Amino acid sequence: MNEQVLSNLSMVTSVVVYLLAMFAHAAEWASARRLDPAAETVEGSVTETASQRVAERELVAAGAGGGSVVEAPAAETLDSHPDGTGGADAPAEAGAVRQRVESFGRIGFALTVIGFALSVLGVVLRGVAAGRAPWGNMYEFTTAAMVFIVAVYLVLAGRFRMRWLGLPVTLLAAIGNGLAVTVFYVAVAPLVPALHSVWFLIHIVAAAISGAAFNVGGVASILYLIKRRAENKGAVRGYLTRLPEARKIDVIAYRFNAFAFPLWTFTVAAGSIWAEYAWGRYWGWDPKETWALVTWVIYACYLHARATAGWRGRNAAIIGIIGMASFWFNFIGVNLLFAGLHSYAGV
Amino acid sequence: MSSDLQTDATRTVEETEPGRPDGTGGSDGAGGGDGNGRDPGPSKGAPALGLVGGLRFLWTQLTSMRTALVLLFALAVAAIPGSVIPQRKISPIAVDDFISQHRTLGPLYDKVGLFAVYSSPWFSAVYLLLFVSLIGCIVPRVLTYARAVRAKPVRTPRNLGRLPVAESWESADEASVVLDRAEAELRRRRYRVARRTDAGGESVSAERGYLREAGNLVFHLSLLFVLLGVAINGLTQFRGSSVVVVGQGFSNSLSQYDDFSAGGLFSERQLVPFSLQLTDFQVRFETGPVQTGAARLFKATLKVTDAPGEPARTETLEVNHPLNIDGTDVHLIGHGYAPVVTVKDAQGNVAFSGPVVFLPQDGNFTSSGVIKVPDARPERLAFQGLFLPTGAMTPAGPQSVFPDLLQPQLLLNAWEGKPQADTGVPESVYTLDTSGLTQVRDPKNPNQPFRFLLRPGYEQKLPNGLGTIQLTGVQRWVKLQVGDSPGVGVALVAIGTGVLGLCFSLFVRPRRVWIRVRPAASVGGPDPNHPEDGDATGAAADPAATREGRRTVVDVGALDRADARTGLAEDVAELATTLGRPATTQKDV
Ligand code: HEM
Repeated sequence: MNEQVLSNLSMVTSVVVYLLAMFAHAAEWASARRLDPAAETVEGSVTETASQRVAERELVAAGAGGGSVVEAPAAETLDSHPDGTGGADAPAEAGAVRQRVESFGRIGFALTVIGFALSVLGVVLRGVAAGRAPWGNMYEFTTAAMVFIVAVYLVLAGRFRMRWLGLPVTLLAAIGNGLAVTVFYVAVAPLVPALHSVWFLIHIVAAAISGAAFNVGGVASILYLIKRRAENKGAVRGYLTRLPEARKIDVIAYRFNAFAFPLWTFTVAAGSIWAEYAWGRYWGWDPKETWALVTWVIYACYLHARATAGWRGRNAAIIGIIGMASFWFNFIGVNLLFAGLHSYAGV
Repeated sequence: MSSDLQTDATRTVEETEPGRPDGTGGSDGAGGGDGNGRDPGPSKGAPALGLVGGLRFLWTQLTSMRTALVLLFALAVAAIPGSVIPQRKISPIAVDDFISQHRTLGPLYDKVGLFAVYSSPWFSAVYLLLFVSLIGCIVPRVLTYARAVRAKPVRTPRNLGRLPVAESWESADEASVVLDRAEAELRRRRYRVARRTDAGGESVSAERGYLREAGNLVFHLSLLFVLLGVAINGLTQFRGSSVVVVGQGFSNSLSQYDDFSAGGLFSERQLVPFSLQLTDFQVRFETGPVQTGAARLFKATLKVTDAPGEPARTETLEVNHPLNIDGTDVHLIGHGYAPVVTVKDAQGNVAFSGPVVFLPQDGNFTSSGVIKVPDARPERLAFQGLFLPTGAMTPAGPQSVFPDLLQPQLLLNAWEGKPQADTGVPESVYTLDTSGLTQVRDPKNPNQPFRFLLRPGYEQKLPNGLGTIQLTGVQRWVKLQVGDSPGVGVALVAIGTGVLGLCFSLFVRPRRVWIRVRPAASVGGPDPNHPEDGDATGAAADPAATREGRRTVVDVGALDRADARTGLAEDVAELATTLGRPATTQKDV
């Protein structure tokens, strides 16, 4: 078997494993339905400190003073409970439910790690088979971008206890790699001359990293909207109890988008420099270029919205999600729908 | 601008200090305050204010954060149609097709500029408004910032216990010792520090993170420079292209360009007097099963002369590796085939001999072109047809099935006509004006035009002794783009600076810390300064206060001025430890 075949094999397997991981996380969410919301909320106040109570009055402050996701309050919601927190009146059954939720979560996480390893292997072998950086067409770019996204998630889940991102991220990874192996697949081939450039490497790596961050940010925004709605209705139930407070999810979404935005700015600029080398013009309003700019402007909107009363929170989150959608449209829709110079899809 | 939530916290501070002299908080107001729509001031006053007031009102609205948001949205939306509808500048043929296919929509689109979105009045209006708004927003903020960086850190709030993070303990040290230590420590942490004495006692007030606002301003200003660079470029840029057949040359003067465009301020002196000769052009296409026919290599070899009379040097030109000659860029942007033909007229004289450029019509280089032989006698001749590098008969007619020269075929039909005096009017070399010409008919079937196929080396006799045409070989040509974009340097530097500023703006954490000391006089009793924060600051009611040696109460309060920041509590705890907070009163953070 040659590298290409092995690469395809591990990529296809990764899709299956991601799907399984997704099912495990879905089971985690489903089984959390029977968690007793009352028991889950008790813990919130356990970790509350005096300064935080002050903070409640001045909400931001809690965002700042209540600590990051690394800190205890956020972590507490995710960890298995230390005995005694609200356990006194909680029936033993709750403990069993929690145990099950926890096991599903762990299984999901373990599967994600395996899927990740497989997709890394797939991308690396693809690079070996092609004898170049493995992101020269849509198939390769998608699989590489998924590696970045899942890598970010694994760090978040492992180091910062953000395993609650598991369901949407595994869903994303399964869809991404799934589309790649079914719709976008092309066999290994050398690059067309327009892609022979260092800027190709720089531009695409930057695009993949900022894309990964935008996606994590977008996923967080979706969870934020869900959690916020539940909070407003006073009906935080099931798995939602295990998510951090909406306000914190919002901050997480912000951080990812804020990290990605300068990098995306750089991506667009680098792409324009590369276009000058390859095609003799910096900017030609090619559909890909146009949508990269549209995406950029939407995220500028997002950052502005967070600084404008009445837009912060829900509306900002919606803009963030639109931004993510625009990123995906640029990446898939533009390649497939419009003819342009950027037609490397090879599909 | 900090978030609303944040501003609330800031406001708590502001309430307690009516006479705050500096404008640090004001910087929040410049962009955010009026835009946040919390302040109904301008809208109430507007009607009564007359023209000036009205303009003022408009200006306030235009420079508000909300307007910026709306305009940014409008920009994103306005850019979209140009990616969906064909654009005249990019694909004129697609535009013509579109218009002929959509009889009603086409002209309508044309009228509202949908075929030239990015130069349409409405698109320009959106981004110009945005930039006006940007200027209106940024200038006052630069001024405010200039004042703020010179000002001392803000006065210490009366009640530190109400800040998002607060600590309080009793210390055995003298008040001044604690404050000195605090000052040194905060300076070490790069805070700007001020000592203050007020009704509440002595205190240290510290602030850091000024670079955040600076970064934000730099970023927004750099956007202006990007626009400036683009504008300079639009005015002074030039770009032209020329088709050069292998063996032939190009010299950089206007007459040598096939097409040329330039900005309004372009002058012909910008054309540096180089010339070049195309000595070789190599092409390789994928022959394997995957992506068959995809380009793999283009490499042109040129002899470049920088100016007349100077020695020639050899250069190679590839895609992604443009040549720069004296500041002018030369790009390889296309290539194709030029069949080399020799045409003899009825009298047996060579009326034309040389390569004729055929233009590729598809990815496999099915190319079309015209061979004009005005010098043939007694009749002038012309030929029109297709060149196929790898010719094959397909259901759709003769076509090339591979881009390389595997099976070259030249398919032609012929025209004859009376010789014409040269009118001097330039005419396209790629199209045939058939007025005054009649198509040569097939002698065996006069209803049909005479068609024939040439392979390299073949010669074809024309009917009625009109002459002969021979395909002697096939040459390649390249399309060179020559141009200069003088403003792009400005734009790129601005983008680089902007990204840097953006990083400061997004990642610097502006923070304020205050430390107040007061004598531990009010032992046991309620603290007059802290009526409501007994449990937040804790120490006032601490029995330890009665213990000997605890003479000074130290209050620390801190505030993050940016959204989504963390680590405030840890930093304050660390500071408190450095200042000698006893471990026993440590709070869990
Ligand atoms: C070309 C259009 C513009 C773009 C691309 C843009 C982009 C951005 C970005 C990316 C940020 C985030 C930086 C941060 O959060 O610190 C930001 C912040 C900001 N922008 Fe703009 N901006 C534009 C126009 C404007 C205009 C017209 C105004 C004035 C009304 C404005 C006022 C502000 C303010 C006050 C902030 C600070 C928000 C904060 O500190 O959270 N911007 N802008």
